[in-house]
Amino acid sequence: MQIALETWRYLADAAHWSGDDGMLRLLGQQLLITVTALLAALVIGLPLALWLGHVGRGGFLAINISNVGRAVPTFALLGLFVTADWPGTATLGPYGRAGLSTLIALTLFALPPIITNAYVAIREVPGELQEAAAGMGMTPWQRFWRLELPLALPLVGTGVRLALVQVWATATIAAMVAGPGLGRVITDGFYRSNYPKGVAGAVVVAAVALVLEIGSAYALARATSRTPQTVAPAVAKP
Amino acid sequence: MAGPSCYSRLVNDWVCADYLRDRAPEVVEATIEHVWITLASVGLGLLLALPAALLARGRPRAETAMLGVSTWLYTIPSLALFPLLVPFTGLTPWTVIIGLAGYALTILVNALLTGLRSVPEDVRESARGMGFGSGRLLASVELPLALPVIFAGLRVAMVSTVALTTVGTLVSYGGLGNLIKDGVDNNFRAELFTAAVLCVVLAVVLDLLLVILQRLLTPWARVA
Repeated sequence: MQIALETWRYLADAAHWSGDDGMLRLLGQQLLITVTALLAALVIGLPLALWLGHVGRGGFLAINISNVGRAVPTFALLGLFVTADWPGTATLGPYGRAGLSTLIALTLFALPPIITNAYVAIREVPGELQEAAAGMGMTPWQRFWRLELPLALPLVGTGVRLALVQVWATATIAAMVAGPGLGRVITDGFYRSNYPKGVAGAVVVAAVALVLEIGSAYALARATSRTPQTVAPAVAKP
Repeated sequence: MAGPSCYSRLVNDWVCADYLRDRAPEVVEATIEHVWITLASVGLGLLLALPAALLARGRPRAETAMLGVSTWLYTIPSLALFPLLVPFTGLTPWTVIIGLAGYALTILVNALLTGLRSVPEDVRESARGMGFGSGRLLASVELPLALPVIFAGLRVAMVSTVALTTVGTLVSYGGLGNLIKDGVDNNFRAELFTAAVLCVVLAVVLDLLLVILQRLLTPWARVA
């Protein structure tokens, strides 16, 4: 348990948190990347999935995209991006080295939970309600805004939560291909046999993951407290 | 030799048959390591999930607690979970296997509980009426009927474990992940691409084997 003690010492040392290579800056960097990739995936995936669900087409794609996302290792995809001529390892503003590669990979891995959940959420709106809405003379557009979307919101939100936790995890792995973020503390520690440092990085990454999970669950429960809860389909794990 | 081989530094092709031919032993060794780490992880996960599910079953509070804890565990990124296990397991394959078994456990406990819950109550009552004890009821009625749901979970666990095993390269036990890391570090495209493709192929093959196994175990489902 020597290593636990040394890990604690590493975490307690303020010098490891401050400065250009400090954990606070890396933490901020990883949070920035996570939020950017999640927003990009929402902008791309949400309208597409909601529309597919509304018109009832593309179900095969919407469901199977999650299976594909599970089978492709995040590490492999990041490696392919970084090693290719484009996007490569070019630095991208505040996103750091291999910023573009990381952002693209993260966005791709955020899409499956968002698309699958949003599609299923719209499809699961009961047929009787659809018929009642049509009988009341609602146009398809009104039906979408006033009936489908409100009822689908909890499950859509669950998909976004899953994507958030997933993107955070994938962003950690970016460090294994020389990308930005807190994962670098872990890989640096392990590849240079400085295990207390590696374990300290892991503690911070795990703690933030739990905060994101619990925080988003709380936020979602607050936001959808008046709509019925539904069960989410299983998604990939990076 | 006519010109440099397709995996030389100068050419560095993504797809290169020469690489596969010249480095076959290395690729085979990595693939074998990948397969046994994946199977050991899912196997251990299943071994632990069964008693856990039976324990939590019918006890709402135990079930809530177990699902809560396993969801938390599932939230921790793999690259962070392995280092957290290292103080206990060292730089051994066990670090990877125990970590991945934890993730598989989460999926499988869920699947087992859902599967067992899906067994109709009247089926259970008829079996009891025929004099089945609780052990026999479980082994010859409940588990077989829950198999489709259990297998759905098993397939999800297997496919994601194949992908996650690559991260084990952090402690040098990543199977094909070791080749991916080497490919990234040395800008060796043929090695990286071959390993990435093999990972996906492995996931598809193991998934297919599970589908076949499920068909063999549930002959009654085939009679339409």
